[in-house]
Amino acid sequence: MRTAIAVAVLAVLAVAIFLVAGDRNARWEGVDKTVVEKYATAAGRPPGKPWIDTDRGDILLFLFLLAGAAGGFAGGYFFRELFPRKGREKNGSGND
Amino acid sequence: MTAVRRGAIASISCAAALLCFPGRAHAMHIADGILPPAWAGFWFLVAAPFLVLGMRELRIRSDREPRFKALVGLVGAAVFVLSCMPIPVPTAGSCSHPCGTGLAAILIGPGITVVVASTALLLQALFLAHGGLTTLGANLVSMGVVGAYLGSGVFLAARKVRIPWLLAAFLAGLVSDWGTYATTSFELSAALARDGSMGSLFLPILAAFAPTQVPLGIFEGFLAAGAYRLIRMRRPELMDLPREEGAA
Repeated sequence: MRTAIAVAVLAVLAVAIFLVAGDRNARWEGVDKTVVEKYATAAGRPPGKPWIDTDRGDILLFLFLLAGAAGGFAGGYFFRELFPRKGREKNGSGND
Repeated sequence: MTAVRRGAIASISCAAALLCFPGRAHAMHIADGILPPAWAGFWFLVAAPFLVLGMRELRIRSDREPRFKALVGLVGAAVFVLSCMPIPVPTAGSCSHPCGTGLAAILIGPGITVVVASTALLLQALFLAHGGLTTLGANLVSMGVVGAYLGSGVFLAARKVRIPWLLAAFLAGLVSDWGTYATTSFELSAALARDGSMGSLFLPILAAFAPTQVPLGIFEGFLAAGAYRLIRMRRPELMDLPREEGAA
């Protein structure tokens, strides 16, 4: 499982780097900008600032890292609870 | 390997994936300020009963089966991470994110998926400049309610006509993703059409989403099929956890 996760993450990273480096003309903006914001602005209702504006400097980057870590930790914790190692499950030391 | 070490490995993996795409990352989520107050309030009213039903179902099923909480926790973490992870789509040269609610719906049911999606959307709106607080109702209807019930409905219908479960899970992920973005197009066109003609905006917005979302929906279908297969192969009993009578 660890190998599968590592391979999957490395594959995603490799594809992302390949795509971004391979097409220098693409801007890779989210559809929030290319679709939602475009039509909302044309209709006279551009998006406002978020109530808690974390898009300042590296704060948003830090929060995304934190969100990834928290989500990953929670996912890993519950995954382990649902899929204990076979040896531990047989010995009755699993959580379920 | 300890639980903490496993969690740390998963954390680092997800953080590394998210770090590939820094910056503002919302995609299908509608930001604050776009919807007029009346429409924002309307979508809150639409979402509220689904949320209440989902919370009730979560309490009942958790009381019946303690392991169910762990499954909800795992699925919730997946929905949170997936719905704030923009993925570059080479056919469009732009980025968008999967929703994960189709997969969630076939694992924990559509009602509880609405609860899970509301938590993810609230955290994203508060801390990640992703979506918005005034548009939380609209985003919950598109991603949570429509994404979950459509995914679950497609899965059940496919199984009823004896389509293999792997293909049924794929279809659930695919249709759930496309349905979410179709609903976002509907919400935007209904709120933004100046001349009262919603159709004049709906199709152009839907068409603008298509180059990014068609391949991403297919990706989400494979994701749903893969995750469903993993759980079905390793812990098939989780698929048979007790459900409230009448729940999908």
